[in-house]
Amino acid sequence: MAQQVNQALAKQFGLSADEYGRVLAIMGRTPSFTELGVFSVMWSEHCSYKSSRVWLKTLPTKAPWVIHGPGENAGVVDIGDGLAAVFKMESHNHPSFIEPYSGAATGVGGILRDVFTMGARPVANLNALRFGDPKLAVTKRVVDGVVRGIGGYGNCVGVPTVGGEVNFHPAYNGNPLVNAMTVGIADRNKIFLSAAAGIGNPVVYVGSKTGRDGIHGATMASTSFEKDSEEKRPTVQIGDPFVEKLLIEACLELMATDAIIAIQDMGAAGLTSSSVEMAGKGDVGIELDLDHLPQRETEMTAYEMMLSESQERMLMVLRPDRQEMARAIFAKWDLDFAVIGQLTDTGHIVVKHKGVVEADIPLAPLADQAPLYHRPTSETPKPAALGAVADPVGLRTALLTLLACPDLASRAWIWDQYDSTIGGQTVKRPGAADAAIVRLDGHTRALALTTDCTPRYCQADPELGGMQAVVEAWRNITATGGKPLAITDNMNFANPEKPEIMGQFAAAIRGMAAACVALDFPVVSGNVSLYNETEGQPILPTPAIGGLGVLEDAAQAVGQAIAPGQTLVLIGETAGWLGQSLWLREIAGREDGPPPPIDLTAERRNGDFVRGQILSGAVRACHDVSDGGLLIAVAEMALAGNTGVALNLTGDHAFWFGEDQGRYVLAVDNAAATLVAATAAGVPAAIIGTAQGQGLTLPGIDPISLTEARAANDRFFPAWMN
Amino acid sequence: MKAGIVVFPGINRERDMAIALHASTGRAPAMLWHKDADLTGLDLVVIPGGFSYGDYLRCGAMAAQSPAMAAIRAHVARGGYLLGVCNGFQILTEAGLLPGALLRNAGLRFLSMDCHLRVERADTAFTNRYRAGEVFRAPMAHGDGNYFADDATLDRLEGENLVALRYATAEGAVTPDANFNGAARNIAGILSPSLRVMGLMPHPEDLVDPLMGGTDGKPLFDALAALEVA
Repeated sequence: MAQQVNQALAKQFGLSADEYGRVLAIMGRTPSFTELGVFSVMWSEHCSYKSSRVWLKTLPTKAPWVIHGPGENAGVVDIGDGLAAVFKMESHNHPSFIEPYSGAATGVGGILRDVFTMGARPVANLNALRFGDPKLAVTKRVVDGVVRGIGGYGNCVGVPTVGGEVNFHPAYNGNPLVNAMTVGIADRNKIFLSAAAGIGNPVVYVGSKTGRDGIHGATMASTSFEKDSEEKRPTVQIGDPFVEKLLIEACLELMATDAIIAIQDMGAAGLTSSSVEMAGKGDVGIELDLDHLPQRETEMTAYEMMLSESQERMLMVLRPDRQEMARAIFAKWDLDFAVIGQLTDTGHIVVKHKGVVEADIPLAPLADQAPLYHRPTSETPKPAALGAVADPVGLRTALLTLLACPDLASRAWIWDQYDSTIGGQTVKRPGAADAAIVRLDGHTRALALTTDCTPRYCQADPELGGMQAVVEAWRNITATGGKPLAITDNMNFANPEKPEIMGQFAAAIRGMAAACVALDFPVVSGNVSLYNETEGQPILPTPAIGGLGVLEDAAQAVGQAIAPGQTLVLIGETAGWLGQSLWLREIAGREDGPPPPIDLTAERRNGDFVRGQILSGAVRACHDVSDGGLLIAVAEMALAGNTGVALNLTGDHAFWFGEDQGRYVLAVDNAAATLVAATAAGVPAAIIGTAQGQGLTLPGIDPISLTEARAANDRFFPAWMN
Repeated sequence: MKAGIVVFPGINRERDMAIALHASTGRAPAMLWHKDADLTGLDLVVIPGGFSYGDYLRCGAMAAQSPAMAAIRAHVARGGYLLGVCNGFQILTEAGLLPGALLRNAGLRFLSMDCHLRVERADTAFTNRYRAGEVFRAPMAHGDGNYFADDATLDRLEGENLVALRYATAEGAVTPDANFNGAARNIAGILSPSLRVMGLMPHPEDLVDPLMGGTDGKPLFDALAALEVA
């Protein structure tokens, strides 16, 4: 590996001329090959957030219940009973297109490690997936591989996959999005952080051995795709969920002792980023001797070992007097345990291999002088008003068509491949409620979990779309009776060097921030994935939101299933907003107009009312009104409860399929009481029908039997994949 | 009744099993790491679900060769009860403690859903809180649950009345549609001739709490709570 280090090589490693100049200034000499590798991955978009940091800083991150906001491996919030929820969502987009199974599987593995590295036992996985046009063969291959990969990893490691969302759009044809979220539970007073401390303390490597897989994965995740993406397959890592399971158990066993001073998983940029971040955060130096690194392959160079993204590895700083006890725990679990270095007072990272110093970099400037870009932005023009759109097919056909379309069809084919019951705490399984409900083992308390984003809104109006993604997550938690606490965000955008894309990013952040403030729903962790475009085709802007809420009593959670005799009450205003609706796209064949406006004050008022009603015990079922509008929401409740609905309102297609925000459908026994309470709270409420029979009936329309509706709703995935 | 759960590396439903046993017996079962599994004094040994050793060879094949299996065989030989669920069932077939094998699901996909089980005999220590012919619901979660044995073995199992549970409709009809994984003769669970070893693929331990959707699985654990090694 005697390659000449120069600007040309730096460019190949993803560093600009200006960035390479900065490396030379910091080092005061030409860096070694390994040093250049370290700079290039630490300063990659993926690791440095150089294009997004200025905007991310504007997000609200604080609330009385927030224990750790962004900046740690995952966000931490107080959920009562002395417990903390630790959670984050992270993307594995590029690898999942190149190699769908392994890309998705290692995405799950990576986010699990971000959570248990903080001392939390993972209790739930969720995901947010976007795929291209289902008519393309490549989409089918990617969906199949991604679903198998998520299941293959999550099922084996024994963490239930309880929720998620899936959209299809041609803008994701060459660039699907795979965002994985993990939620863990820890003692609120025993959160583990990554800041190293104690000069001379041992730096310990545990987990799988290091191989040559995933070298420069972080760099690959920081560029756009061209036609040669197949050639990048070697940059995709291979996961081993069996080792991950052992690693979780061994780490949690060690965390029950007082041995660990600092711990960090080896994720993107592997040993480089974990060692640099641990030492950097602790203001100490670190010296590594790679001769002691557990290796899977022979003749690995320092460069390869520092940049490998082999999976299922952790780096720890231990109390020296606990080292042997720790070694015994990892021996019990048959995992590698190696002291590979120690903390120093030099402020440098020094990497030795076979007696040669392969890298010696001052840590402060590596972090402080990392590039930070205020990239130019241009605003997305506001879409023209939609105007009147005639109904070409009638309500009946529209309902059956929408129930069958890829974005609304039953996701059972996907859920059925994910173990959602392991742990014995899943109160509401996928599809049973607006948010998944997972009880905390040994407590009455439960978490309400959801992932949300409506990319077509974000494309038309990124600010409103960003706001809607946060609001939708808040609403889904609210619709179960949960109190929304905090979110994690996964910002998936195209090439930030284009002003219109950076403009989307900035606008989405503005909208999200406004919603977070209005709803007391701060951002506590997140991930940015840029350059999501292939051959110049950008994805829809997709700020995926993972929301977490809590119920003091799991038994109070409500789902979507209605039962005979209940009355359906609509909460919120219906104007009949068709702009950017699914009806407009699927029935009228148009993707235009502005997305529905959001009144954050009304959102909060309506949602707080709904939650209050649920917690008072008055509500039997609840579903928010989102994609597809009111009639779709009612149909979904009917299918969930296998009970028909007699609707007593007359309305046009805009009334039934418009996507006005801030609405919920409640199923109650005593509708009069609900209306009185709504009036008192200043919340619009109206009776829309009664749960009865085996079909959906509307004035002036042939009844739609549940059998017919279910057949339409169930068709898409099995017909496509089997 | 004293129960112990043997945990091989990669087993992941041991806590679910402990919750279900605790709910019925009123005491926590012993959690036994395979390297130091002392089964002395136990009435019941359970091998729960998971992916032992990653299931990178055949499901259960590695664990079946583990030193801990000697202690488990000795437990059975002295009249102890043994329950294998999911990966535990696979391990018992690989170890030869139960006949047959578990193949990939017929559809070649992992299946996580509720199934219905018809109780084929209710006069065993495992099933005596159900009625013969009763149908109960249980979650299943496996990629390799397609029970297979040659016709002679299947005929012998049926002839000796050793089929404990079959996949059925909610009404109790044993049909191909109710047989999600394609198991031979809809077999979901079988017994040893001594009636002291049972293996099954689904997870009754995940349906013992009304909050989780029902208590259909609880009678199995209530029955186990009452057993005693004669």
